Amino acid sequence: MDTFQNTQPIYLQIMNLIKKQIATSVFNPGQLLESVRELALVYQVNPNTVQRALSELEREGLVRSERTIGRYITKDEAAIAQLHQNLVDEATSTYINTLLELHMSQESIITTVKNRLKGDNT
Amino acid sequence: MIEIKNVTKTYDGKPALINVNLSLQTGKIIGLLGPNGSGKTTLIKILNGLLRDYKGEVLIDGNPVNEISKSLVSYLPDRNYLPNWTNAEGAIKIFKDLYQDFDEEKMRSLFAKLNLDPKQPLKKMSKGMKEKFQLALVMSRNAKIYILDEPIGGVDPAARELILKTILENYAPESLVLISTHLIADIEQIFDSVVFLKEGQVVLFEDVDTIRQTQGKSIEEYFKEVFRC
Repeated sequence: MDTFQNTQPIYLQIMNLIKKQIATSVFNPGQLLESVRELALVYQVNPNTVQRALSELEREGLVRSERTIGRYITKDEAAIAQLHQNLVDEATSTYINTLLELHMSQESIITTVKNRLKGDNT
Repeated sequence: MIEIKNVTKTYDGKPALINVNLSLQTGKIIGLLGPNGSGKTTLIKILNGLLRDYKGEVLIDGNPVNEISKSLVSYLPDRNYLPNWTNAEGAIKIFKDLYQDFDEEKMRSLFAKLNLDPKQPLKKMSKGMKEKFQLALVMSRNAKIYILDEPIGGVDPAARELILKTILENYAPESLVLISTHLIADIEQIFDSVVFLKEGQVVLFEDVDTIRQTQGKSIEEYFKEVFRC
């Protein structure tokens, strides 16, 4: 069972979770999604919350729906690549802003990242 | 689906509900939240026809509270109402007689899922088992409205999860579910919106994700803020 933070809107958290799953190919392009009610049971939340998350994802073009088929992940690979890029950009900005607030210079940010990737914590 | 208009109820001159107005829509799971003595159970008893001497008007799917409205509502009271010697077989007979929308198959499968023994009488059950027993009965009706008074009050945290799952898996689609509780953190993820009752008055009726967005708080945290003495 997935647990969500009760301090943030749960529909947003579901949206972010599904976006991550689309960007990392847990969901493939064109893949059919489970019904709202089934997803609600997976996430242990209200079906209307899932409905809202999916409607928003639909509005953003990441999810499509057809009456006879149901809801599925967009087949637009460019949109998925863009989504992946957006998630990377967001995470990068958050990280850099936090370090800038800690008065780190650009050079020391780069050094810190390189060292961390090498497995060195100092 | 449920219209409550200017409802006031007093016990010996002491107000229990003061001018309550609520319009509850179908297809929603609504939390009725308030500290002990705030009027939750009084309101629920009015909706189920157990209290009649109140002022104001209540309409359930367009009906005043009567036999028709009672047939639409599947009600879990805050305490045991079945005879102590009843086991599942006995309860099934009672519910089949009382309610046309009772689904016996569903009841039997819920009993198995909740690890209950259909031969065991209520008097030999623990408090948690009794709550699961009654919830299984209530959720086995294909009702338009479910009113659950403290469904997780008497059970341990592990069983709470199972009870919430049972509610989510079994309420009839497009029905209205009204749940009263003071254990907000355990259950707030399944609500659409919440009603805060304070000393008999509705002080808030709001969409839960709107509260989270505007307050940056969980429903439980916001509740504590509103009800701080």
